[in-house]
Amino acid sequence: MPLLDVQGLTVEFPTRRGVLRALDQVSFSIDTGEILGVVGESGAGKSLTGAAIVGLLERPGRIAAGEIRLDGTRIDNLAPESLRRIRGRRIGTIFQDPLTTLNPLYTIGRQLTETMQTHARLSDAEARRKAIAWLERVGIPAAAQRIDAYPHEFSGGQRQRVVIALALCAEPALVIADEPTTALDVSIQAQIIALLKDLTRDHGTAVMLVTHDMGVIAETADRVAVMYAGRIVEIGPVAAVIRQPAHPYTDGLMASIPSLEHRVERLRQIDGAMPRLDAIPSGCRFNPRCPQAFARCTEQQPELLPAGATHAACWLHADG
Amino acid sequence: MFAFIGSRLLQAIPVLLVVGFIAFALFDYVGDPVSILLGQDYTEAQRVALVHQLGLDQPFFVQYGRFLWTALHGNFGISYRLAQPVGSLIAERLPATLELAITASVLAFAIGVPMGIYTGIHRTSFLSRGFMIVSLAGVSLPTFLLGILLILVFSVGLGWLPSFGRGPVVHLGQWWSTGFTSWAGIRALILPAITLGLFQMTLIMRLVRAEMLEVLRTDYIKFARARGLTNRAINFGHALKNTLVPVITIMGLQFGGIVAFSLVTETVFQWPGVGLLLVQSVAVADIPVMSAYLMLIALVFVLINLIVDLLYYAVDPRLRVRR
Amino acid sequence: MPPRSLVSKAWNSDFAYNFRRSPVAVIAALIALVLVLGAFLAPWIAPHDPMDVASLSLLDSFKPPIGMPDADWSNPLGTDNQGRDVLSAIMYGMRISLVVGCLSVLFAIVVGIAFGLLAGYAGGFTDAVLMRIADVQLTFPSILTALLVDGVISAALPRTMRDALQIYVIIFAIGISLWPNFARTVRGSTLVERNKDYVMAARVIGVPSWRIMMSHVLPNVTGPVMVIGTLGLGLAIIAEATLSFLGVGLPPTEPSLGTLIRFGDDFLFSGQWWVSVFPGVTLILMVLAINLLGDWLRDALNPRLR
Repeated sequence: MPLLDVQGLTVEFPTRRGVLRALDQVSFSIDTGEILGVVGESGAGKSLTGAAIVGLLERPGRIAAGEIRLDGTRIDNLAPESLRRIRGRRIGTIFQDPLTTLNPLYTIGRQLTETMQTHARLSDAEARRKAIAWLERVGIPAAAQRIDAYPHEFSGGQRQRVVIALALCAEPALVIADEPTTALDVSIQAQIIALLKDLTRDHGTAVMLVTHDMGVIAETADRVAVMYAGRIVEIGPVAAVIRQPAHPYTDGLMASIPSLEHRVERLRQIDGAMPRLDAIPSGCRFNPRCPQAFARCTEQQPELLPAGATHAACWLHADG
Repeated sequence: MFAFIGSRLLQAIPVLLVVGFIAFALFDYVGDPVSILLGQDYTEAQRVALVHQLGLDQPFFVQYGRFLWTALHGNFGISYRLAQPVGSLIAERLPATLELAITASVLAFAIGVPMGIYTGIHRTSFLSRGFMIVSLAGVSLPTFLLGILLILVFSVGLGWLPSFGRGPVVHLGQWWSTGFTSWAGIRALILPAITLGLFQMTLIMRLVRAEMLEVLRTDYIKFARARGLTNRAINFGHALKNTLVPVITIMGLQFGGIVAFSLVTETVFQWPGVGLLLVQSVAVADIPVMSAYLMLIALVFVLINLIVDLLYYAVDPRLRVRR
Repeated sequence: MPPRSLVSKAWNSDFAYNFRRSPVAVIAALIALVLVLGAFLAPWIAPHDPMDVASLSLLDSFKPPIGMPDADWSNPLGTDNQGRDVLSAIMYGMRISLVVGCLSVLFAIVVGIAFGLLAGYAGGFTDAVLMRIADVQLTFPSILTALLVDGVISAALPRTMRDALQIYVIIFAIGISLWPNFARTVRGSTLVERNKDYVMAARVIGVPSWRIMMSHVLPNVTGPVMVIGTLGLGLAIIAEATLSFLGVGLPPTEPSLGTLIRFGDDFLFSGQWWVSVFPGVTLILMVLAINLLGDWLRDALNPRLR
């Protein structure tokens, strides 16, 4: 049984101009200890998926349909208090910008101990010891002294390490990492990703790694889901998706990554732009930009179909 | 930290000097002290004598210097209207104003902050809407009208509370006088304190609410939720602490406003404070009182600013990393 | 474009839609409209002319409003101690209150925008000095500033000219007390705009600074200025009423609502409450309507609250 099982997740935003569907029938699963990458352009719905899973959708967004199961139990229809107990304890979250994610008026030690004591009965002394241990584990030097420091006394990279510690300190089974390295310097990015990989492997934690950086996915993930305009268009093992993309969009994404090995005259790009939520094309959402579109693509929206080593939502693979 | 205080004090001095200058210019150039003090008919000899006595025949900077020097000693000249030393007039009335101002501030804070927190957390509940309407009334209702309405209802209509004066006061030590020692004194304080405090209360409530809403939208609150912290820990721990930092400081600044706003309340209730004195002085262009009041207010505000800066420094750790 | 579709475009815009949907805003606007019309049409529609001494008769004095014994419809809100009709006095008084309020706010806006633009655009020393002045002034409540400015100027004027110029002095005093609010906001927006690419592009081309400020920065600032302007109008009206109530405002020959309340204050204890209360209620309604509109405006223009 998968650790996390999302079936048909649909998220809607009622607005004055009508109801906007930001996520449409998104389905995927994550096994214990597995790292699933979620890639896509800005606005494809990657972060929304993570938010919906932990019940932190911002108003007026709401889950309109679908089921989310954690270890077999439904969590999308829980009362707020039950949902709260899951957050942090069973599903941790890492956000993007370490400069704004930490409360500037609390020491990092306080923020760590508070989190741990919310989810487990620990004495203050024990909590403090564990907090220091976590800080050491994420690579903060002189942890025993720095524990009483305030966030602004740390660099961006160090703060993100603290954030990772905070996300993992209650020992969740799953961590949703929403663009954890986007706001960091390139040199630090690698360190943080390595740290994340290390820790999650040691604790057997599964990861849903949301990013728009294919490089990170290639290095880190076991499987990858490609999202476009609120749907998953391809999902499968990382190697397969990268080397033999079955969906034209994925193919375009891979091709547009500049390579160190070949020289090209022009960078390849996918013409056009992702459609706005109030102007979704009929049929397959990608069809206006797809170089291989045909009649059926404008009429019917494809579900995820088996396509070689992966699954792709594309009529090109209608016959398996 | 001492560098911080020191630099703040240094910044304050030019402000005080400038205000002192304005006060002095007022004193010296506006109005004609001679005709006010001597009346319509006076001989040349009398004028010369008075001019000499007031030091008006000295060069400008000498006068300015003398002005500042005597001011530092608490000598602000003589009121045109009451022919008494301005310094003692003000000292006599200051406790009345301060007592009123402090009572009003405490009331405003004690009611405004909880209301603000509540409406910040429960944005759309009925009670919140009710509070918001009350606060709107507070902002739209001029202080003097509120005072009059309160008098109408509680003094004229119901006869419960007195409508003017301070009631019996007891003198503590050489200077302070208080009305708190007797029930009658407290009763006299109620209506004016509510009148003065209502505006402040609504201001505080709206401020706390606005800050609370801002804070609840931040990334770190989102992260706190994502870590599964309880609502109580989030609202009253993280959010409240971040909200109160700017609120406390703004409130400190507001206190100065209360002291000054008291002039309207004191007029309505005939409360014998510094504000009433000022209003009476402006009406007859009693310059010495006006300029003394100006300097006093400037001093009060500079002090308050300093205290607020210190408070900020103590509460917000980010300010302590000054190199 | 033909005017028809321009109007319908405005009607259907987000802004107007927001307005129509908010019952509070609509009601407030209606109240404000009624009061403003009443004020400006006063010379034509007021039942009596309260300033015409000849038409007054002491026999009419202290007539109570409708609902109490001895009242009649020729003076629906009663009369004061000299027989003046309260309703008419209110209409004329509101006129003055509104005029003084609007002019003061306009003055504050002009000065505030000028200094704000200057401070934000020039930066450096000019900015520091101007903002220091604004800050210091902001720590004093505006009523105090207005009172002191009023007092000083009145004292400086020769006695004969005092009454005639008083209204301008008041406008100036209140305006002066309100300018920092506008200046700070405009400065903030200017700072934001100044660093934007289109401004730098204009500078590179050689467009003169004042031109940039006027045609690029200024339009982006109108939103916040409008919000503060409405709230400032409320403050200005209250300020004028307060000053008049305190006795240092407009001369008794042109009574504003504040002056009327002051007149009536003396009669509270003898039972003739209507002389003060009705002008008071009108004042409250006016300011409430303005504040509600200002609040709605601020929420409507704030993209994050939608």
